Amino acid sequence: MQWRNSPSRYGLVSILMHWLVALAVFGLFGLGYWMVGLDYYSSWYKTAPDLHKSTGLVLLALMLVRLLWRWLSPPPSALPDHGRMTRLASKLGHGFLYLGLLLLMLSGYLISTADGRAIEVFGLFSVPATLTAIPNQEDVAGLVHEYLAWALVIFAGIHALAALKHHFIDRDRTLVRMFGR
Amino acid sequence: MLKNTLAALALGTALIGAGQAMAADYAIDKQGQHAFVNFKISHLGYSWLYGTFKDFDGSFSFDEKNPEASKVSVTLNTASVDTNHAERDKHIRSDDFLSVGKHPTATFESTAVKSTGEGAADITGNLTLNGVTKPVVIAAKFIGQGTDPWGGYRAGFEGSTTLQLKDFGITKDLGPASESVELIISVEGVRQ
Repeated sequence: MQWRNSPSRYGLVSILMHWLVALAVFGLFGLGYWMVGLDYYSSWYKTAPDLHKSTGLVLLALMLVRLLWRWLSPPPSALPDHGRMTRLASKLGHGFLYLGLLLLMLSGYLISTADGRAIEVFGLFSVPATLTAIPNQEDVAGLVHEYLAWALVIFAGIHALAALKHHFIDRDRTLVRMFGR
Repeated sequence: MLKNTLAALALGTALIGAGQAMAADYAIDKQGQHAFVNFKISHLGYSWLYGTFKDFDGSFSFDEKNPEASKVSVTLNTASVDTNHAERDKHIRSDDFLSVGKHPTATFESTAVKSTGEGAADITGNLTLNGVTKPVVIAAKFIGQGTDPWGGYRAGFEGSTTLQLKDFGITKDLGPASESVELIISVEGVRQ
């Protein structure tokens, strides 16, 4: 398999990043949902949020690399059997996934840094606070983070169902292309 | 006859006026923020965690000669809680603690004041917090009073009371050392 995307195929870099992001998004959603209900005396009470924030910031970096890679090595064009509506729907859907993910991670960052604290990433380095002046920042960012997380995880599910529909009902190459075929 | 009536009216007015001057009304100095509603709660039994409510207002009436006639009323914005840690403050505002979405204000209205010594009193009143109203007793101390350098007249008090979290519907388990919180109210009033 080639590294770069070609006009008809996804390359290794795009494919790896796609599945890594998928894994991280569902993992972060589960971790986030679980950690907010933890007992104060749970041994995970501090480690789970640390892991959530660290992974989230790495995912933010990965999404930025993904955007850069899209520009350096544009993805293959739509399949010829996709009609106008399918192309439009997939463009809008992917746009929402990208924009939503970026806003989701930005809102998470704004919660933890609202008082000027930096975020430690896996104890290796820290990402400093920047924006701290939004009124009730941690609460507003918290609401955005919660609702957007639900919206995105549901939308990612629709994204997966759409891929399965292309594979099993339309019997086209949409899904297998994401495995490098 | 007319003369007597006028004299009685004049005397009555003077008495009413004197009565008003005795029990003076004070507004909490919110403008200059010489007033604090703080709390402290044990962390694991190893240290004290201090927090404050930044936004509250209220008034009191106070008469040095008749302290038991004093009254106090405070209304507080629960979302203004600040413990110097954004993530913790967000958690305190959540339904695990103060449910500020459902219960945005907390209030205290005094119902009785009982002198307990020179410059000290127990202020009984109804505290509404997290949607629960319960009588509490604030052990209060008179700090001082007098003219200020800017043409006003001020009086200050500090008092504290200890609340059981579960009494106010806060059931999040913070451990055996952290089941109660001490509320410390320190206010300066400007005479109206």
